[in-house]
Amino acid sequence: MNSLINANRPPVFCPGCSHERVVAALDKAFAKMGLEGDRVAIVSDIGCSGLFDTFFNTHAFHGLHGRALTYAMGLKMARPELTVIVTMGDGGLGIGGAHVLSTCRRNIDLTLLVLNNFNYGMTGGQCSSTTPQEAIVGSGFLNQLEKPIDISSVAAAAGAPYVHRTSSYSSVLADEIAAAIEFNGFSLVDMWGMCPGRYTKRNKLTPKTIDAALTQLPPFKGPVEVNLRPEYGSSYRDTAARLPAAVGPARIDARFQPPAAGRQEVLILGSAGQRIVTAGEIFCLAGMTAGWHATLKNDYPITVLRGHSVSEMVLSPEPVDYTGIERPAVVVALADEGVARRKTLFAGLGPETLVIKAAGIGLPESNATVMEIDFRARKIKTPDWALACLAQLARDNRLISVQMLKAALAMRFKKDIADTAIGLVDQVVGA
Amino acid sequence: MALSFIEGNEAIALGAMAAGCSFFAGYPITPATTIYNAMLKYLPPEGGVCLQGEDEIASIGYCLGASMAGRKVLTATSGPGISLYSEQISFAIGSEIPIVIVNVQRLGPSTGSAPKGADGDIQFMRWGSSSGLPVIVLAPVDAADCYRLTVHAFNLAEQYRCPVFVASNKEIAMTRESVDLDAIELPTIITRKPADRSAPFLPFAARTDDSAPDFLPIGDSTVVRQTSSTHGTNGYITVDPDEIDAFQQRLEKKLTAHVDDFTFFDQDLDPQADTLLVAYGVTARAARVAVAASRSAGSPVSLLTPKTLWPVPERLIVDTAKHYDRVVVVEMNTGQYVREIRRVLPGKTVDFFGQMNGNLIKPQQIREVLA
Repeated sequence: MNSLINANRPPVFCPGCSHERVVAALDKAFAKMGLEGDRVAIVSDIGCSGLFDTFFNTHAFHGLHGRALTYAMGLKMARPELTVIVTMGDGGLGIGGAHVLSTCRRNIDLTLLVLNNFNYGMTGGQCSSTTPQEAIVGSGFLNQLEKPIDISSVAAAAGAPYVHRTSSYSSVLADEIAAAIEFNGFSLVDMWGMCPGRYTKRNKLTPKTIDAALTQLPPFKGPVEVNLRPEYGSSYRDTAARLPAAVGPARIDARFQPPAAGRQEVLILGSAGQRIVTAGEIFCLAGMTAGWHATLKNDYPITVLRGHSVSEMVLSPEPVDYTGIERPAVVVALADEGVARRKTLFAGLGPETLVIKAAGIGLPESNATVMEIDFRARKIKTPDWALACLAQLARDNRLISVQMLKAALAMRFKKDIADTAIGLVDQVVGA
Repeated sequence: MALSFIEGNEAIALGAMAAGCSFFAGYPITPATTIYNAMLKYLPPEGGVCLQGEDEIASIGYCLGASMAGRKVLTATSGPGISLYSEQISFAIGSEIPIVIVNVQRLGPSTGSAPKGADGDIQFMRWGSSSGLPVIVLAPVDAADCYRLTVHAFNLAEQYRCPVFVASNKEIAMTRESVDLDAIELPTIITRKPADRSAPFLPFAARTDDSAPDFLPIGDSTVVRQTSSTHGTNGYITVDPDEIDAFQQRLEKKLTAHVDDFTFFDQDLDPQADTLLVAYGVTARAARVAVAASRSAGSPVSLLTPKTLWPVPERLIVDTAKHYDRVVVVEMNTGQYVREIRRVLPGKTVDFFGQMNGNLIKPQQIREVLA
């Protein structure tokens, strides 16, 4: 059987390090599976487990501490046919915890080999997320205060469909690794081992005590029944293949003559639920049917159906440079929340600005020309007030025409909704 | 002329699709989220991949993996996300991983104000990674630029194998505007140069001391090494100071030596003017209005709008500014790019106006500075 070990770069670990056994077992697993080096990518991060990629003649991706699973995810989604192996120590496990949990939930076809030796070997033996509380490590008393994580139990709880816990000294380690790689989905192998350089100098740990400790823990021997489900990548591709092709943005041709000239600024001040944003869009589309350029900015809080909703529109025969509202031609005031949001604007308005206000809405002091509409008396419901105001503008041929407004509605909505909206426009125009 | 009504973020997604992007990963964040929404709409039906990472670090990590597998990749975020991207950006710089990063800037510092705009990350994008080696930053002015410059951003990422930022701003990203997409001229699409497969592959061997290495993807028949460690041309760790030095110099030079080839800008020069106004991003739009008003009032002014911000297009700035006694820089921050303008124009009077309060800088404010 062919070995994928890089003869030019033989494994170098501290004498007695169990990582070396894992390198040999992984190579044996590749050979058993008949995998060629160009069919495998080893993804590693920082720490002694991060040396793995250099020991093999395979594709290699060595990155930042704890982030190996993120690169592996991208690689596997881009190249589903690759066998992707991630090596990580208990250090990477801790710092990259969110990625471990997400990969378990996601069930992408990767194998995560956890080289679990209970400390940060490379930086001097500090405590990691798996260091026992009674261990003596390079972090003083700190590890005594934190409970170590049982990564196998956590992975199973997070949805990993394949979890295998073993000792790096297992006589069948290569078979155990091969079985994990062969599993179609996310597999995690938690391999307990010894760090002679740092950990076992001050803590008694032998292959025997590892075996004894493992028997005290819940066993994990491969498939986790409750988590078995379709693999992420193939599900993704199957689902995506059934999606309809996306439709790009519509092209709007100039069909009508605009009833106004020069830059026109309009502001709608309302509240959530009044379809302010939609009205803003309709107004801009109406302008564009006359060959005008348009900009639309919306301002609303994170809450849905509560709070202010403000739309700022600019129509202009030229492309719009400055998108702010300085001298609005029209201000539509439909809710006190919206008016409050722009209350400082009113003092600067002169009679050339038309303010259309809903009956009952209070306005700050201004010299603007005010038109009040009693929508309730006209039996127009609150969500239609903004559109009704656009219809009022169209009726007066102010900024937009009835034709432009109707064309925008026909463009924006499916037929039944468009018909209802056009009905409202006719009602306002005919009044 | 047929106009589409799109926001800057959708224009970026359309640019990415036009450039051949086939992989997006991101984490939702206002005001960048609608790029993710648009990529989710466009990519999967075409066989591409669009993912939502568990966080920003993961999102860019997915992109780096996919890029090394040969995909053209995009991610999008805002200031808080750029902070989390930082270590991965350093990786992409040092290991020459092509990626386009959209930074839809919002008002900071920190979580700041999600729905308010600013240009507060201009120096951060350049310097927010370990090592201080350069990146490319392009700054769109409007939705049309978002479309066009995103295609350029992909081309540059492919050609120079580095992170390329599109420095957008909430005020462009979430403003819908009319755009004649069909009238926008797009560049020829560039794809990273494949290495010669007949020779032994050295993943970090460049042909010259100012270019990016030829590329082979992870996953093909030639075994490829990628590493974040300081590496020699073979992709293994090196401790040879000469080799390290040559590598660092090349990373610097491959961008700075070629900035003239990708200096994008607008100019509106008035031969009568003695003042040059410099404004980029959304502020350039108010600057145009201010310049027009100033000219109508009998005070001619010239306007330079750099769209390549990093590496600093020094030749453009020096050549343009040499005819003017006074330079005025206006930006939506407390004074970031003005540092570069002052650096490349020693001895010149360079005045500054900045505002970072969530509002657009108004044309009238610019006129007051010009006066």
